[in-house]
Amino acid sequence: MKGSYILMESLRAEGVETIFGYPGGSIIPVFDALYDYQDKFNYILMRHEQGVTHAAQGYARTSGKPGICLVTSGPGATNTITGIGDAMMDSTPMIVITGQVGTSFLGTDAFQEIDMVGITQPITKWAHQIRHADEIAEAVSRAFYIATTGRPGPVVLDFTKNAQLESCDFNYTKTTYSRGYIPFPEMELSKIEEASALINKAKAPFALVGQGVILGNAEKELIDFLEKADIPAASTLLGLSAMPTDFRLNKGFIGMHGNIAPNMKTNECDVLIAIGMRFDDRVTGDLATYAKQAKVIHLDIDPSEIDKNVKTTVKVVGNAKETLPALTKMIEKNNHADWIKSFDVYDKKEYDEVIKQELNPTDDKITMGEVVRKVSDATNKDAVLVTDVGQNQMAAARYFQYSKTRSIVTSGGLGTMGFGIPAAIGAKYGAPKRTVCLFAGDGGFQMTIQELGTIMANNVGVKLILLNNNYLGMVRQWQELFFNERYSSTPMNNPDFNMIADAYRIKNKHVTKQSELDSAIQDMLKDDDAYLLVVDVEEYGLIYPMTPAGTTVTNILTPNNNE
Amino acid sequence: MNDILLYTVTIFSENHVGLLNQISNIFTRRGLNIETLSVSPSAISGIHKFTVTTYSDSDTIEKVVKQIDKRVDIIKSFYNTDDELVYQEIALYKVSTEQFLGLGSIEELIRKYNIRILEMTENCVVLEKTGHYDETQGLFHELSEKLTVLQFIRSGRIAINKSKIERLSDMLAKLEVKRQQ
Repeated sequence: MKGSYILMESLRAEGVETIFGYPGGSIIPVFDALYDYQDKFNYILMRHEQGVTHAAQGYARTSGKPGICLVTSGPGATNTITGIGDAMMDSTPMIVITGQVGTSFLGTDAFQEIDMVGITQPITKWAHQIRHADEIAEAVSRAFYIATTGRPGPVVLDFTKNAQLESCDFNYTKTTYSRGYIPFPEMELSKIEEASALINKAKAPFALVGQGVILGNAEKELIDFLEKADIPAASTLLGLSAMPTDFRLNKGFIGMHGNIAPNMKTNECDVLIAIGMRFDDRVTGDLATYAKQAKVIHLDIDPSEIDKNVKTTVKVVGNAKETLPALTKMIEKNNHADWIKSFDVYDKKEYDEVIKQELNPTDDKITMGEVVRKVSDATNKDAVLVTDVGQNQMAAARYFQYSKTRSIVTSGGLGTMGFGIPAAIGAKYGAPKRTVCLFAGDGGFQMTIQELGTIMANNVGVKLILLNNNYLGMVRQWQELFFNERYSSTPMNNPDFNMIADAYRIKNKHVTKQSELDSAIQDMLKDDDAYLLVVDVEEYGLIYPMTPAGTTVTNILTPNNNE
Repeated sequence: MNDILLYTVTIFSENHVGLLNQISNIFTRRGLNIETLSVSPSAISGIHKFTVTTYSDSDTIEKVVKQIDKRVDIIKSFYNTDDELVYQEIALYKVSTEQFLGLGSIEELIRKYNIRILEMTENCVVLEKTGHYDETQGLFHELSEKLTVLQFIRSGRIAINKSKIERLSDMLAKLEVKRQQ
């Protein structure tokens, strides 16, 4: 069988249904094979290779399956770097198959040759070059094993042209073992005992929920754990939707623009239980003052995350799907009503100082938060939220509400502007029955605006909500607060986005007044077609609360206190 | 706790292309300079052993080693301080035969430094000395004072730990049990 066909069959053997790609010289044989597999794969031609990767990420996040990228060598390959880095930071399973020049040309600076393995080794779980046809099946099998097991991540397969064209026998065996790679480290019972002893004694326990819970499919196990010992919990950006918004013990969102109560309580709790999260600096602020009063229990599948940023008292290495039930079994039933009630005073402060004005602005200027909440309400908290990066992302994370898991697709670790449109496309393919709502700003929207072409060509029913303030808003916010209002390189001279949507034959509406918002949202949601809703929001809007970078987690700015 | 010390990092890996890049990337990210490096096949067929020395604090080296260990193609990585190791380097010195014979105190020098003479031609003499850094460096200094050292080369450190536990073989045995399950 020809190498390009071996790849097709190997992808089939792994259950691949959807492929995002963009063709080019060094991958033509694979696309030629794909021509014979049009009824087997749902292949989506994106408009740029960066879009290919973000779509694959969106797909992986909503479906739980690895995202598959198929691109050419050289520039096609280098254009995937941002998405690969993003997937590495956010633990997204993704397999990027890049064309490569023929083996005999390697190292000669041949046309569209780039050292893809060398470039991507630092930002992948595994990067591997396939030099001959007889290596393809094993490489693909290993790629899927590595990308999807343990802490997931991106894998690069650099596929030389001669390997695509050569022939050999096809045999496929799924990989289930790789020496030295321990995807699911064994849980140590003694650690579970130590952790449960701490939790049982705790008067003020507090749990932080990261994406590890979602990746481990441990949402139910999390709820059981929290319920049994009556432990309040809050989510990181990527951990959002692991708990439903209205879950009794869900105390919101932690981090720089998170809720006041959970950030304050981080420095008041006596036992801090971190579950599948990595203490990113946007969560912790200054580490020297972070949760110093607390005993820290860290549950994570990746041993290198433990003690990396925050020193822990009990280190529980393992899959949350296993460690959480083991803990639940061992902890005692408990009641922390007073402790939980003590969150309320901060919730009230946040409502009075931030949320009230954001959701019910008294002037006619539209705020980002109210648009987000209205869309969330109109979709019955059932929709998938996709965000770009910046103020739009933080407003969306703060005000969107969730009833189902795997409901947020956002670029957390890398913070990639331009992530939004392609990620929304991928998210829709990963969850075709769900409503997918993108919130993007005018900056990020224009970074991958060409993917409107993908939406048009494939009639991808995504709801695009452009929160337009004619500024690169998050940078502008920092300039306003920390750089004496010197708006260097942040005002945007924007095109007519509705005309652009018209050109792509995407239904659209432009809202400039609050009174038009509800009906426009209804119009957007009335059918399954793609829709662009451009909302002119307050130009000088600020995302509050805010903990300035590098300061202590309790140093929270609000409109009443922003000195 | 945050004193800067010389650490020896021992890494066992699969014998694949690109392993050194994966390892050095992790040192590069944290701005750690690799002082010495030695790579060779290990006692176990198909497994390569890297010995790297670097100056670091204990907190950083621990994180670096965990991040190396996390790489899929790395089988096991750990670190030691000098007191836990028996370690050795080898150095070669090329000097001119005429100058060397003119020293007059060759026997004394050889006894003092435990030198081996590997080669002697009309032009040059090649000396070999094994030992710790300061020992090989000591000979270099003494030779440099007395004559011109034409070439000097020192290998990276190789090391064996004094521990009772054989971490790699224990781990491989465990992995083998796991694989068969």
